[in-house]
Amino acid sequence: MRYQTIAVLIGAIGLFMGSVAYTIRPAETPAAVPETLSEWGFFTGKLAAQQPANGVIPYRLNTPLFSDYAEKLRFVKLPAGQSVPYNAEDVLAFPVGTVLIKTFYFPVDFRDAAKGRRLLETRLLVHEPAGWRALEYIWNPEQTEAMLEVAGDQTEVAYLDAAGKPHRQPYVMPNLNQCKGCHNRHEQLMPIGPAVRQLNGLFPYADGSANQLAYWQQHGLLTGLPDLATVPKAPVWNDPTTGSLDARARAWLDINCAHCHRPDGPAATSGLNLRYTETNPTAWGVLKTPVAAGRGSGGRQFDLVPGKPDASILLYRIQSTDPGVMMPEVSRKVTHREGVALIQEWIRGMK
Amino acid sequence: MMKLQPACFVLWFLATAPVLAQPAVQKAIQKQLILSEDGATIQLDEGTFTFTGSLSLEAKKNIIIRGKGMGKTVLSFKGQTDGAEGLRVSNAQNITIEDLTVQDTKGDAIKTMNVDGITFRNVTTEWTGTPGPTNGSYGLYPVQCQHVLIEKCVAIGASDAGIYVGQSKDIVVRQCEAHHNVAGIEIENSLMADVYDNNAHDNTGGILVFDLPDLVQKRGGHVRVFNNTIRQNNFDNFAPKGNIVARVPAGTGMMILATNKVEIFSNQIINNKSVGTSIISYYFTENPITDKGYYPYPSNISIHDNTYARERGYPTRKGRMGMIFRFKLKFGKDVPDILWDGIADATYAHPASMDICLRNNKNAHFANMDAEHGFKHVSRDMAAHNCELTPLASNNDAANR
Repeated sequence: MRYQTIAVLIGAIGLFMGSVAYTIRPAETPAAVPETLSEWGFFTGKLAAQQPANGVIPYRLNTPLFSDYAEKLRFVKLPAGQSVPYNAEDVLAFPVGTVLIKTFYFPVDFRDAAKGRRLLETRLLVHEPAGWRALEYIWNPEQTEAMLEVAGDQTEVAYLDAAGKPHRQPYVMPNLNQCKGCHNRHEQLMPIGPAVRQLNGLFPYADGSANQLAYWQQHGLLTGLPDLATVPKAPVWNDPTTGSLDARARAWLDINCAHCHRPDGPAATSGLNLRYTETNPTAWGVLKTPVAAGRGSGGRQFDLVPGKPDASILLYRIQSTDPGVMMPEVSRKVTHREGVALIQEWIRGMK
Repeated sequence: MMKLQPACFVLWFLATAPVLAQPAVQKAIQKQLILSEDGATIQLDEGTFTFTGSLSLEAKKNIIIRGKGMGKTVLSFKGQTDGAEGLRVSNAQNITIEDLTVQDTKGDAIKTMNVDGITFRNVTTEWTGTPGPTNGSYGLYPVQCQHVLIEKCVAIGASDAGIYVGQSKDIVVRQCEAHHNVAGIEIENSLMADVYDNNAHDNTGGILVFDLPDLVQKRGGHVRVFNNTIRQNNFDNFAPKGNIVARVPAGTGMMILATNKVEIFSNQIINNKSVGTSIISYYFTENPITDKGYYPYPSNISIHDNTYARERGYPTRKGRMGMIFRFKLKFGKDVPDILWDGIADATYAHPASMDICLRNNKNAHFANMDAEHGFKHVSRDMAAHNCELTPLASNNDAANR
């Protein structure tokens, strides 16, 4: 009797494991995906030091997406000998074989980098012949490796902010479907950040500070770069010397919202277009009524009411952390206080 | 290369569920949704499963997500911390969701976007507890989809619409029950829809057909609403302000807003205290219009062979429409069943009627509210609307897939 029970149990466990193995198997796609970040060979030395290998170029954006105060290390790797052609407006058309690499981390203390940092995730956008593909690698607690994870994960982070104030907050790492929630253009997975207007700024390279576009051109990554003075330049959202309040607010909305709120993005159904290029005030929200905001409206009538930030739905939704209300819908657990202040000031001054 | 050692995987799972990690069942189902190959059936067990984040299916073909029955397989999102909906399907073809219940999502229950061929069958979406403005917006929410079939579904408690089809094409909604939502069933900026054999009761508004400005799919229409029971939609409006449905007066059976080519026939429209069927232009909402491609007037509306009935009594006294009833229309306890705002397009071929045709409705009383002139000359004369339009063709293609 007892043996029988054990046998049944073993059988059941076997069946269960078999089913798990079966469930997992379809992931073995024809082009096998490295299970660890180190297998990609993007970095030399200790992986956590994030020292780029030959041909892996670090970069940054003038006004980046807010990601719960996480800091980001960005790198691009073009296929050997290839380059990307200049275009003034859109995200650069990187050749097949390009990989964009982004590592998210929190410093222990935002005031002192020497106190160390915790790497959380490294996201890749890989340009394959069939299109871009997103991959997510999650760092282990020992900070020695990041492992492929299709279903995402959640954790908690703790840090001291730039004013020395302690914070403890949840941190969510996306599943692969969520990547496309933002990286989506006409239902094709697409990079969002690296357009020339976002890259047109200085980077502190190992061999000295230089304009990123000039550096890319010198190193054969970028062709057709015109005189830098004629190249569009996105303002830095929190640096008034780089642009007017209006320009900085529009730049902040562009990078934080317009990946969805654009005519060919997932939030096109709302009719709200927050691209910096949009010229129709109704389309970017002025006295525009919501379509499917639901309780996201916060009882307010219009997306933007000039002069009245507290009557504007847009402000309500970027302030909120309620998943049924907040914008963006994913990739945020805390409010971007400084970004909210910028938009508040912008609406208040709007005529 | 992506080979997980099953044993390690399972043991790790059981041993170290860390604080704040997503629930194991969420991770397992989400993984299945990501890794399933085209043509797969994702079978969900009987039981109540709790999720903290949205589930999503993306870029798949011919997938069935199947539970063990409404109320038997329950996906509960009470306490959801991530994501704006319970389940999201996007950029897909021929997706069926059936035999399950989705409960208490923070935002919408099931949103499907850019799906050609989406079927909801025997799906319940509900917010438990007393309906209120903190409930999510939409229960079943296909938007920018084609070939939409919603059948034998139940939608309860949505703070916007229980069953909402937006900016879509080729639609059938049938044999569903919607109650205690703000809008029971809503067809918005959508083309070619058949809505029949449904039961919409105890909502704020039973069935709505709307065209709104500033949207990608501008022009809806060719909508048939027939053989429905639309009863007692007298529930107080609990939509958050700012949303168009927050303007729907409690006690609305049907409302047609700025839509063209709508045929409403053989419905039982019973005991909706404010209005059995209202036909209004977007001007009536008093919202500004800047969209030059938008046509704000309803036209080509055929309402025939319906049965109206209404217990004698006051219409709603709440909201803007409550004020209009009390101080402008002054119908007292005998409110006409069919109300037109009377706001006409002077350049239209028949501005006096806007080709709104009313014929052979049982017990139907009518009024033109003359909203254009401050409700000065409210008219109960139906003569201008004694006309007939060519019946719209069936839109049943969506159901015959």
